[in-house]
Amino acid sequence: MEEIGLTFIDWLIILIYFVFVLGIGFYLKRYTENDEDFFLAGRKNSSWVAGLAFLSANLGALELLGMTGNTFKYGMYVAHFYWIGAIPAMLFLAIYMMPFYYSSRIKSIPGYLKLRFDEKTRVLNGIAFAFMTVLVSGINLYAMALVLHTFLGWNWDVSMWASAATVAVYVTLSGLMSAIFTEIIQFFLIWFGLFLVTVLGIVEIGSLQEIFNRIPEAYSSLWSTSTDPSENGMMVTWAGIVLGLGFVLSFGYWTTDFLVVQRAFSAKDLRSARMAPVIASFFKMALPFIVIIGGLIALVLSQDANSGFALLRDGDKINYDSALPMLIARYYPTGLVGLGVTALLAGFMAGQAGNISAFNTVWTYDIYHSVIKRDASSAHLLWMGRVATVGGILLSVVTAYWAKSMPTIMDYMQAIFSWVNAPLFATMLLGMFVRWITPNGAFWGLLAGMGSSFGMFLAVKFDWIDKSLITMSEVASDMAANFWRAWWAWLICFVLTIVISLFTKKRSEKELVGLVKGLTEETVGKPVPLMKKPEFWGIISLVILVVLNVYFW
Amino acid sequence: MTTETKKEMRTIWYFVGWMLLVVGVIIFLTGIYYLISPARPETVLQNLHPDIWWGAIMLVVGILFLFFDNKMTQKNLRQNG
Repeated sequence: MEEIGLTFIDWLIILIYFVFVLGIGFYLKRYTENDEDFFLAGRKNSSWVAGLAFLSANLGALELLGMTGNTFKYGMYVAHFYWIGAIPAMLFLAIYMMPFYYSSRIKSIPGYLKLRFDEKTRVLNGIAFAFMTVLVSGINLYAMALVLHTFLGWNWDVSMWASAATVAVYVTLSGLMSAIFTEIIQFFLIWFGLFLVTVLGIVEIGSLQEIFNRIPEAYSSLWSTSTDPSENGMMVTWAGIVLGLGFVLSFGYWTTDFLVVQRAFSAKDLRSARMAPVIASFFKMALPFIVIIGGLIALVLSQDANSGFALLRDGDKINYDSALPMLIARYYPTGLVGLGVTALLAGFMAGQAGNISAFNTVWTYDIYHSVIKRDASSAHLLWMGRVATVGGILLSVVTAYWAKSMPTIMDYMQAIFSWVNAPLFATMLLGMFVRWITPNGAFWGLLAGMGSSFGMFLAVKFDWIDKSLITMSEVASDMAANFWRAWWAWLICFVLTIVISLFTKKRSEKELVGLVKGLTEETVGKPVPLMKKPEFWGIISLVILVVLNVYFW
Repeated sequence: MTTETKKEMRTIWYFVGWMLLVVGVIIFLTGIYYLISPARPETVLQNLHPDIWWGAIMLVVGILFLFFDNKMTQKNLRQNG
């Protein structure tokens, strides 16, 4: 294929980005004095900083490329990931769950499980999360090298080691603080680096309406073709979207995945921590204007023989991930190409830093401090956090080389989340809102939920059972199977946790004060004006969500 | 991030401002160079000169970040005596 050519100016912009992120790491090191500074950025961030970091931790380049490519493949249905598949969960976290998380002063999600249930549930989740994080981090690293190799012709090993070493340096120096700083820089680079593609695409085609006029209804609607899975590109029903994506996968990810929730924990007070996901929700809803519209622009251009636009092909297969890079190559002159490439690079590296900063926290607090060295001092934990950062990065590199030898692993990214996050959401929901749920109920329910999700994945993969048994439909894409598997794993965990709790020893209500709804005094801070209330902005966010869904119905 | 800590740590907005300003200037000046240079690489809609106006927008946004960050820093310093 023809690679995107970089000039001296483009390289200069990429170099400036590297100088900035490394410089920030060195600058912030002097403010990193204890474990709380390193793992929770000193708990002094404003709601805007925590909110943008909350969103950016999820905004990896793999997602940007993948979702733009998925839009080319499935059409507007991909917007469900940004709207119903994110916003209700983010608002639920802000309004209902954050008071328990923040007020209990926990340092990680497994830390809450320890307080609410017991040590074994914490360690189970800690190990599962650490495993998942390193796996995802390694796959991301591999994906980054693949993209840089395919589109820019860069050497695999140099790309992987250079970016891994850069992330290792700045996260080791100042932990979550530098991860958050670079995530916010990445946020602005992504908007400035990629939104122009949408603007120029709309200008070339004529208007936003013209884009929708030129694509089939199955690609341009959100819900109107969801009653029959054979009528939409994703081959999924509205029930699969609502239950699997909108409820289980979305709530499982946004309310319990420590990678994103850790950013809200870094806020300076409860109101800021609650505002963080609300602020993030507005920007999350806006992201389809880059990825979805970008994918639709690529679709329209590829249907027009005169446009000269086509996605790359790997043999007979279309490379859908090439949609965004091909648009960058089409519209961006020298300088802007450097900005676009830097935006993707920043997305990859910030995603890597996010995974590693979450990994080092869970490893240090929930595995090392909890199981190996209970009497560790703050200084020792800070040291261990830095060791874990380097160790985590090395494990990611090893995973990346493993992924390179087995590229199909990329297809299982979504599946990995349904193994860990979907059942965890059932445990958290019951733990926070039902006081008689027991430690044994939570542990065995969680284990069964994770095991069943993994078991269903293997059963379908090796044809032990028919996929339709899980998806309840003869027609279903792999994406639809992910949604349904997450739903069943959640349900199994939910039901088993309740049933086992009925027969096992409960904790006293005194021990659960501050951790469970009904046993916790409502936190009444100093009165704030309506405009500063998370609930007020949460309602505005919900209204916009409804309007978007109705408009694109 | 706050500037209220004892060592007066720079805020994230300061770094965002400089990043946008520096990159914006480079893109803007490159656009100006290609406006007068005949050897411009071919891209679709290049007649709109997206590098010039997009670079200018980045530059202005960067300056605004630095301006408001400086204002907030001064305010916090006054409040902290």
